[in-house]
Amino acid sequence: MIETKLGDFEEVLMLIIGILGEDESYAFRIAQEFKDQTGRPVSIGAVHSTLDRLANKGFLKSELREGASDRGARKKRIYSITALGKRVIKESMEFKVALWKQYPAFSGKFNMSI
Amino acid sequence: MEQPDRIPKAALAFLRLFLRKDLLDEVTGDLQEMYALTRKKRSRLVTRLVIWYEVMHYLRPFAIRKATMHYVNPYPMYKSYLKTALRNMLRNKLHAFINITGLSVGMAVTITIALWIIDEMTYEKHFDNYSRVGRVLQNVTNNGEVQTWWSLPWPLADELRKNYGTDFSAVVLTSGVNTHLLATADEKRLNKRGLFAEPQFSSVFSLKMQAGSADALTDQASVLLSLSTAKALFGDADPIGAMLTIDRDQKMTVKVGGVYEDMPSNSEFANLDFVAAWDLLASATSWIRTIGDPWRPNAFDIYVQLNDHATFEGASARIRDAKLKKVNEALAKKKPALFIHPMSQWHLYSEFDNGIQTGGRIQYVWLFGITGAFVLLMACINFMNLSTARSEKRSKEVGIRKAIGSFRGQLINQFFTESILTAFLSLAMAVLLVMILLPSFNTITGKAVTLQWLNPLWWGAGIGFCIVIGIIAGSYPALYLSSIQSVKAIKGVNKAGRSSSLFRKTLVTTQFTISVVLIIGTTIVYQQIQYAKNRPIGYNTNGLVAVPMVNEVHKHFDAVKDALEKTGAIVSMAESASLTTDQSSSTSQLDWNGKDPDLSVDFATGGGSYDYGATVGWEIIMGRDFSRDHPSDSTALILNEAAVNYMGLKNPIGETIRWSGTPCTVIGVIKDIITRSPYEPVTPTLYYLSTWSDSYWILRINPAVSATDALAKIESAYKKYNSEVPFSYQFMDTTYALKFGDEERIATLSTMFTTLAIFISCLGIFGLSSFTAEQRMKEIGIRKVMGATVFQLWQLISVDFVVLVLVSGVIAIPLAYFAMSSWLEHYSYHVGISWWIFTAAIAGTVIVTIITVSWHTMLAAAMNPVKTLRAE
Repeated sequence: MIETKLGDFEEVLMLIIGILGEDESYAFRIAQEFKDQTGRPVSIGAVHSTLDRLANKGFLKSELREGASDRGARKKRIYSITALGKRVIKESMEFKVALWKQYPAFSGKFNMSI
Repeated sequence: MEQPDRIPKAALAFLRLFLRKDLLDEVTGDLQEMYALTRKKRSRLVTRLVIWYEVMHYLRPFAIRKATMHYVNPYPMYKSYLKTALRNMLRNKLHAFINITGLSVGMAVTITIALWIIDEMTYEKHFDNYSRVGRVLQNVTNNGEVQTWWSLPWPLADELRKNYGTDFSAVVLTSGVNTHLLATADEKRLNKRGLFAEPQFSSVFSLKMQAGSADALTDQASVLLSLSTAKALFGDADPIGAMLTIDRDQKMTVKVGGVYEDMPSNSEFANLDFVAAWDLLASATSWIRTIGDPWRPNAFDIYVQLNDHATFEGASARIRDAKLKKVNEALAKKKPALFIHPMSQWHLYSEFDNGIQTGGRIQYVWLFGITGAFVLLMACINFMNLSTARSEKRSKEVGIRKAIGSFRGQLINQFFTESILTAFLSLAMAVLLVMILLPSFNTITGKAVTLQWLNPLWWGAGIGFCIVIGIIAGSYPALYLSSIQSVKAIKGVNKAGRSSSLFRKTLVTTQFTISVVLIIGTTIVYQQIQYAKNRPIGYNTNGLVAVPMVNEVHKHFDAVKDALEKTGAIVSMAESASLTTDQSSSTSQLDWNGKDPDLSVDFATGGGSYDYGATVGWEIIMGRDFSRDHPSDSTALILNEAAVNYMGLKNPIGETIRWSGTPCTVIGVIKDIITRSPYEPVTPTLYYLSTWSDSYWILRINPAVSATDALAKIESAYKKYNSEVPFSYQFMDTTYALKFGDEERIATLSTMFTTLAIFISCLGIFGLSSFTAEQRMKEIGIRKVMGATVFQLWQLISVDFVVLVLVSGVIAIPLAYFAMSSWLEHYSYHVGISWWIFTAAIAGTVIVTIITVSWHTMLAAAMNPVKTLRAE
């Protein structure tokens, strides 16, 4: 069995980073987007902690950018997905699709292709 | 206007407490955006709460700052500090010796004085009713001058109880404490000090009963003994119920009703050996029963215990006239005003001048307290001076340590360790010194103080003091030296500037100012004692002996006198009502022609047999002595000069004085005899011829015979007619010398302290001069090569110190003058302060300074310059 290496929350965060793109993917915005997308509130700290863990695993990289005046000219850390990260979420998805395909009740009813 | 809409400051501050530094910026930024966003939709309070919520959620392992300090085992470092400190001491033995000796002497003095002061302050504290008990005193007015008397007439006790009782839970009448002869049934006899008191005495003064009952005094045939007295009289046998006779008076045969624990030495009633019942004294003493007006004699003591609601002031005000209302007209003229002297003031505040409390022993407490503080201050100054002076030498060490990698904190620790270690070693030495010196200190002060090993307060104070003084003394090297750059330190560029040497000079001046003040003070105390000792006594105390008398021997007085005179042991002898150093009775019942009716009189009276005057050797300046040739002398009087002056008699001889109504003729006037304090004017006194049994034999020993032989003969003559009362005697010159006891005690103590103070200051400049000489070694070498003489070099270094001492002298003179003239004002017969004392004190100090400093300056000046200049 293939180990996924990604938790559900981690995976969602990585996807959100992908959605937000280069300029917006910092902790606060990610937390906001998470809430918008899932309808579940989440604290910035929880998001930040997970981002930090993902960066340590090598799935994300980050860089500091100058912040706008709306944040008191504070710097912000922009996260982006590394090549490894991309491969991991892709594998994760493929693994799940593979699992779905083996599910007899649904077999053939989904036309999922990526 | 509300506050600007921003993230709550407290939340940010809290965040800063724990958040990783590198995250701070971005997180704050995020929070700010969060705030702005939420604030658009929600109230300010909710927004704030949201921010707090977010901050709390940053309490996660990844975000929390790691403790940057990594743990280092400090133990080896402290070990190294201690080792270095010890090595430093061993390398500079002189320096360490001076430091430790000076500081330990100062501490020892302070500890001793503190013990003394504590002992003084805790007088009577052992009584359970310490704060509620007082003694009734009276202020009487004699010709406008108010005197405070300690004794009262005995009916006053009942009067207070009956008519003023609301304030008092107890009123206790007692006799004074006197020596009485106690005899057991099996003929064991001892002289013991005791008093006769009303039953409540034992509860008011909280006697701690060891056996028997404290209530025994309600039975007048019972007596209470102190434990030591009971042991002395009965050994280990049970004393309760045993019979005793007081003063061999059959009427005073009593049964031991109880044994109480001996009172502590710091008590008004220390050495109170027994307490008998007042009723016993009253029934056994005829005059108490038969006296016409019992309100007349002031011969007893009254103690009161206040009720819970009463105050000393209130009760004093209410009883003020209790005596005045009862006394006869003549005594009412003296306007006796009663007041209560609280127990807490008995020991330290018992002097009254013109009816106003003027202190008492508290002055000595202050005097010694201040002296102790000063001596300690001087010792600390030494310690600080030497540490700062030497620290300059150690700047190289600091430089090297820093170069090798010492942190500043470690250097600071090291210097502090050194100075605190020195302080602790000194404390240990000081405790040792106190242990050695305490017995002799106790002899001088007549106390029994001990080191309180088990008292944590002492330990706390000692340890606390060591740390504080260690930190103060070590602060200059620790904080300043450790801050200089190592390159500068190694190069030796660092020279502590003028400020540190000015600081040292100020401290040395302070030290010497104290020393000079102490020298001047001690000299004046000695002068005052000497002055009073040189005051003409009015009679001759040499070879004058007093022997307490008993009735039986009185009957054989003439036979004893003849026998003793024949053996040549004595020159003459007489009987006397009191000791020549004492004045035991006085009278106010005097009248003479031309007496101002408003003049109130209080003359001392002295009774003696024929030959009394010749025996004591008084000097008759007018008229004649009592003589067997004049039978009328039984009603004759001899006055002293003070009495003649007081009465204003131009021609006293032949004047008639009515004494309690009896007309008496003045036959002679003598030069004043000092019977009371040698510092006070002599009381007007009249001497009468007494033929009845008196209290003392007064004998003049033949100067050709040794005192021991003479005493042996006197004793055998005494024993011939009396085998019961043990023979005892006192030399009047020793008894007279006791009058100087307090002052001599102060003189001895202040000499001790002054010597130590001078020793400490000398130690200080000894250390400083060694340091200066060492520092200027090269300079001296060069000067010598250039042709300076040893004398010039010696002068060069010594003059600095001499100037300091001179400055101290100038500061000390006014201080000492004011202090000592106010001290002398306590004595009406006192010496003037002469200028030579100041000159001598300063000159003495300068000489001592020069000698002290010379040791090192001479060594340095005499050294071969090649040796000092060879290096470099």
